[in-house]
Amino acid sequence: MILQVEGLKVEFPTRRGALTALDSISFEIAPGEVLGVVGESGAGKSITGLAVIGLLEPPGRIAGGQVRLEGRRIDNLPHEAMRRLRGRKIGVIFQDPLTSLNPLYSIGRQLEETILTHLPMTKAQAKARALALLREVGIPAPEARYANYPHQFSGGMRQRVVIALALAAEPQLLIADEPTTALDVSIQAQVIALLKRLAAERGAAVMLITHDMGVIAETANRVAVMYAGRIVEVGAVRDVIHSPQHPYTVGLMGSIPRIAAKRSRLVQIEGAMPRLNAIPPGCAFNPRCPRQFDRCLVERPNLMAAGTSQAACWLHAPA
Amino acid sequence: MPLLKLDAVSRDFDVSRPWLNRVLEHEPRRTLRAVDGVSFSVEPGETLALVGESGSGKSTVARLIVGLYTPTEGSVRFSGRRMQMIFQDPYASLNPRWRVRDIVAEPIRVLHTKNRVDELLVQVGLSPDDGEKYPHEFSGGQRQRISIARALAGEPDFLVCDEPTSALDVSVQAQILNLMTDLQSRLGLTYLFISHNLAVVSQVADRVGVMYCGRIVELARAVDLFTRPRHPYTRMLLDAVPDLSMSGKPRTPVAGEVPNPLAPPPGCTFHPRCPHANERCRTEVPAVINDVACHAVQEGRI
Repeated sequence: MILQVEGLKVEFPTRRGALTALDSISFEIAPGEVLGVVGESGAGKSITGLAVIGLLEPPGRIAGGQVRLEGRRIDNLPHEAMRRLRGRKIGVIFQDPLTSLNPLYSIGRQLEETILTHLPMTKAQAKARALALLREVGIPAPEARYANYPHQFSGGMRQRVVIALALAAEPQLLIADEPTTALDVSIQAQVIALLKRLAAERGAAVMLITHDMGVIAETANRVAVMYAGRIVEVGAVRDVIHSPQHPYTVGLMGSIPRIAAKRSRLVQIEGAMPRLNAIPPGCAFNPRCPRQFDRCLVERPNLMAAGTSQAACWLHAPA
Repeated sequence: MPLLKLDAVSRDFDVSRPWLNRVLEHEPRRTLRAVDGVSFSVEPGETLALVGESGSGKSTVARLIVGLYTPTEGSVRFSGRRMQMIFQDPYASLNPRWRVRDIVAEPIRVLHTKNRVDELLVQVGLSPDDGEKYPHEFSGGQRQRISIARALAGEPDFLVCDEPTSALDVSVQAQILNLMTDLQSRLGLTYLFISHNLAVVSQVADRVGVMYCGRIVELARAVDLFTRPRHPYTRMLLDAVPDLSMSGKPRTPVAGEVPNPLAPPPGCTFHPRCPHANERCRTEVPAVINDVACHAVQEGRI
């Protein structure tokens, strides 16, 4: 396993006590595997990514659990050690490529600098590697674009540059947070294909965070569905999409519009996800759940075997 | 008679640099043609959707229709009673200092009665008590309900909806789309629905117009468009939508990007990305014939 997360808990202290943003999150990612993390806004998927790479915004903090990279604990590393680890062992891709690129430096310079920081290379070797990376992520005529600045690239091309940057030091783990959300559909399809190919070729573990189940279906091997700071279902993508086990996943899959020749009514989950300061007791989904019963109101379910996946739902409790 | 008719509507924007720069650097004025010769009509009671990627001109068409822009060429004719617009971002389109009751009542301030506002709130799935609250007390989906209630206040028969669910989570999107469908059948509304999301469009539209670089490249009944797309761009868009059923059906890989609108390619603007382009496509702008603008389709090559 490249990444192991066990019982991760993240809190945001406030004047009225600590808000629990993430609660007992556990998952693992193997080499060459793409784990999709899906959820609606406020489910905690981005915070999970930030906690893993040690970039939680204060006052948010890890209040429990462990994060291990290649067996080594990284959640308690000092700031400086973590900074070296990011970039070298963990590559990160964010939604908006402009936030990851420095507008004042040419993309060639940014790539070279990243490579020289992390790998023992001469300047000439670094340049050759940077050009190879740009070619690999599909930038046409990289020699000609080498001295260009980020604003001279289109959105799709910028995201390719960010992917090249993330891959610069051959990281074992790649964390992509909504990498295609800001892109048009035709560009999105190209970036998805690229991510998939790179993960397979390099044997890196990929954590793909997105709200879009379609992107997960195209890219991931396994998927974790998040709701109100917890993983409510995890399993192989095909299983979760074709036979979702948790009532929330069932509703979520039904509410996704699909291309169909005939108009039809979408499945609707009533209500909205609770805010962090108003998570109901018992199962957090119980007020919206069409199948809730007594136990759901008082006792919080953990992940348990459900079909070929795992779901945090009392419907699947062994009798 | 159609409720709305656009006849060869075009809209230019002046994107020239400031006067002094132009004089010193000998630069000419530059214009950007955001919408180029768009014609279509909307029949009463139907939903016409416009789809396209960013920069295709779909939002400009919406603004031309509601009169936020005036056309540079062509005409927009509306024979209905009243039209209203719903915007993408329900956070930006509601005044944060006003109570919801006042927001909803604004278009009907003269004859505003409490009962009417209550009725409107109930109609969009809120409760009359919500009228006393402020917008920040609501989630994104509820705010979009408030926008819809406000749009319905003046009893319009035509609604222009510009990406009404794009800022919403998927489960909330389903609620709003269902609400819009219910309101349409209950109140006999006509929609112009603008979206970049083909799957959303397939759930709400009777007819669909596909836009690329300011032009409508294909206009068809939704059934036909989604089962037998004709224009190569429509085919490419449909192929690019992630396949949720994981059927593993073979797809043509998507290539290229939308061209720079300041320097659109000559001829058919899609030709640099089109697998069927030939010499004619590179030089001659295809006319819209039988609701599709493509030389290859016209010549029977595809």
